[in-house]
Amino acid sequence: MTSAGLLLWGVLPYVCLVALIGGTVWRHRYDKFGWTTRSSELYEKRLLRIASPLFHYGIIGAFFGHILGVVIPKSWIDGIGIDEHAYHLIATWLGIPAGLAALAGLAMLIVRRRTTGSVFDATTNNDKVMYVVLLGAICLGLAATFWNAAEGPYDYRTSVSVWFRSVFYGDPKIALMSATPIVYRIHAAVGMVLIGMFPFTRLIHAFAAPVFYMFRPYIVYRSRDARQLGARSPQRGWERVR
Amino acid sequence: MKPMAQLAMVMNLDKCIGCHTCSVTCKQTWTNRAGVEYVWFNNVETRPGQGYPRRHEDQEKWRGGWELNARGRLRLKAGGRLRKLATIFSNPVLPELADYYEPWTYDYKNLTEAPAGDDMPTAAPRSLITGKPTDIVWSANWDDDLGGMPEHLDDDPLVGRLSEKVRGQFEEAFMFYVPRICEHCLNPACVASCPSGAMYKRSEDGIVLVDQDRCRGWRMCVTGCPYKKVYFNHRTGKAEKCTLCYPRMEVGLPTVCSETCVGRLRYLGVMLYDADAVTAAACEPDEKKLYHRQLDVFLDPEDPAVRQECERAGIPHDWIEAARRSPVHALISKYRVALPLHPEYRTMPMVWYIPPLSPIVDALAASGHDGESLDNLFGALDTLRIPVDYLAELFTAGDPEPVRASLETLAAIRNHQRRKNLGEEEDPGIAGRVGLSGQDLDDLFRLLAIAKYGERYVIPSAAAGDARSLEESVLGDGCSLEFDGGPGMGGPFGETSGQPVPASVETFHALKERQTSDSSADKPGGRRVNLLNWDGNGRPAGLFPARRKKEK
Ligand code: HEM
Ligand code: SF4
Ligand code: SF4
Repeated sequence: MTSAGLLLWGVLPYVCLVALIGGTVWRHRYDKFGWTTRSSELYEKRLLRIASPLFHYGIIGAFFGHILGVVIPKSWIDGIGIDEHAYHLIATWLGIPAGLAALAGLAMLIVRRRTTGSVFDATTNNDKVMYVVLLGAICLGLAATFWNAAEGPYDYRTSVSVWFRSVFYGDPKIALMSATPIVYRIHAAVGMVLIGMFPFTRLIHAFAAPVFYMFRPYIVYRSRDARQLGARSPQRGWERVR
Repeated sequence: MKPMAQLAMVMNLDKCIGCHTCSVTCKQTWTNRAGVEYVWFNNVETRPGQGYPRRHEDQEKWRGGWELNARGRLRLKAGGRLRKLATIFSNPVLPELADYYEPWTYDYKNLTEAPAGDDMPTAAPRSLITGKPTDIVWSANWDDDLGGMPEHLDDDPLVGRLSEKVRGQFEEAFMFYVPRICEHCLNPACVASCPSGAMYKRSEDGIVLVDQDRCRGWRMCVTGCPYKKVYFNHRTGKAEKCTLCYPRMEVGLPTVCSETCVGRLRYLGVMLYDADAVTAAACEPDEKKLYHRQLDVFLDPEDPAVRQECERAGIPHDWIEAARRSPVHALISKYRVALPLHPEYRTMPMVWYIPPLSPIVDALAASGHDGESLDNLFGALDTLRIPVDYLAELFTAGDPEPVRASLETLAAIRNHQRRKNLGEEEDPGIAGRVGLSGQDLDDLFRLLAIAKYGERYVIPSAAAGDARSLEESVLGDGCSLEFDGGPGMGGPFGETSGQPVPASVETFHALKERQTSDSSADKPGGRRVNLLNWDGNGRPAGLFPARRKKEK
């Protein structure tokens, strides 16, 4: 076990987890107002109309792919009768289109951002860093999938996935990661950075995904709060004294 | 029945001079910030015209409001919940900035800093969005006063619905102004479209608001509103809309647009309605009946049963009283001169309009007739079909009857009042022709022509509404007189048993005692001492706890 390995696979995951959870809680408590998609559709919609759904459907597909391959143990998948070969086919033939869609969508989004004056003006430095890491993670993920399809099959479910779950048991199996092909290692590292950054970028809008909309009544009534002077609840320390 | 109160507005279009004062003062108050440069919570449109954003009334394109599905139930015109979520990544029917207009400023610096030369320096327009030089091609009221007519006549979505013959005569026919704010609908499509549930209707006063902390920028509300009165702040990434100036209304002041209206044509007041009946009314299959169905949703505050029901539903007493004096209720329900804007959107709008009679009077006078004669006026309503049909497209989904009825009432007031002015004898037939009494016409005249501030704006303040619950807030809900023994008396098991004595009651009795007795607060039989009431004299018995006997 090298010290770099220890840092990457034994320390970084926890740092990112703390950032992810802590950051989300912090935004929820102190920056609800900043929690938004910051939609740029008002500026430009012709390109967005194609790029944004392409990217989002791709990235959501990729997300569920990761659940299937990394979070759910191999034994469970085997248990429902999907063997190694079948899994490999599914992962390749669903994973590649999803990844390509996400990549193509993101590429278009970035080009649009760069070339449409008003959208570019509305791009913060935070956004720029985020796009680099996001693009990196997607490219590396795709690279890993292609490598696997060409050189493989390599069953990451016995190495990367086991390490991933071991992180949550508090006993990270660092040795497993150190032995995986390099492209998986870089993808995992960049992925962790992305996860750690998530709540501090515009990406946090994903955590507000409005699934609740399916179940609530159409018209929302709310009562004026007599204890509250403004329309928003006061910041901590500024509550009304009674 | 579930009675609710709604703050509503009526605008008397006959009096609007199209000065845009309301828009400007509203903008100064609410939207003079970066991100909402293009936003006018209040805007004034010349009709016929395209409106702002351009052609927003074309719901086949913008898909705002509700429609009925095959089973006769309400469905958002832009699609149901699943469809909303599936298309959330890029809303297919969101207006672009160009549909409003690209806001701009001028490069004033150039005026003072340009090097000396032969030519006068100019202040060239610059986009407020990109900061680059820009061409001014459109704005919120580009077609003001029929600018660009008649080439752009067909761009008015309502004109498209009128017959060819009628359209031909348009140019000579008329023009009027329609000031528009958010309608604070009873069945708001914007609220229904919001995926995060950030938009809500206040249950006390019906004002529709966006919770800025909960809005996540899904921008579906912009599509949902058929009046296009929710706007997207492109800086903060949150939706914003007309607030009916709730911070003013809560303390009994009219909205800024009303307060500053040069024509004094806006009325504000309470409408009581039955919230349980709203959805059924909005489901009316015949669009032309929607106006009548909405009238049926309103409750009559003069009906004692209604008042009792309202009290029971927790509507504060002063709100119910305000509903009785509400000018809005009089214009909408009692005299039926005010009409809703586009009831066919099925959102049950609550800013209503008195249609303008003036284009007809003007047209009559121009053709050499006596524009003030009642017969001429009534006849003109039929012969000058153009304005009536157009107004009907605006206010009653195309049904000319309610528009004609309203215009006839307005004509009757003119006639009735003219006879009075000229010292002629009152003709009860005039009022009779529109189903009112002479007294009604006098009252209506007063309301429309001379009503003072306090009559135009009957706004019960929120603070007064809350006062009842606030004043005994230490004590919970029950009335202090309800329990055994009455005020100021202890419960059956001594002083502290039973419900606590309300602080206000205790204070009242203590003050009375103090003011009417000439001894100190130390009175035999006195109860526990409330330090706030202690007058500082003597040492009342209850002031300190009894000394414990020292044990040896
Ligand atoms: C699952 C629920 C999600 C929903 C409902 C959602 C929705 C949206 C919406 C409405 C926008 C604004 C588009 C616009 O009008 O400009 C947006 C932008 C964006 N989303 Fe998502 N999103 C989700 C998940 C994600 C995820 C998981 C990621 C990436 C990991 C992501 C990355 C982005 C990026 C990068 C943009 C900015 C696009 C641009 O304008 O360049 N989203 N999203
Ligand atoms: S007019 Fe106002 S309340 Fe009605 S749908 Fe539009 S924004 Fe909502
Ligand atoms: S201030 Fe009054 S008169 Fe002037 S445009 Fe507005 S509504 Fe019309």
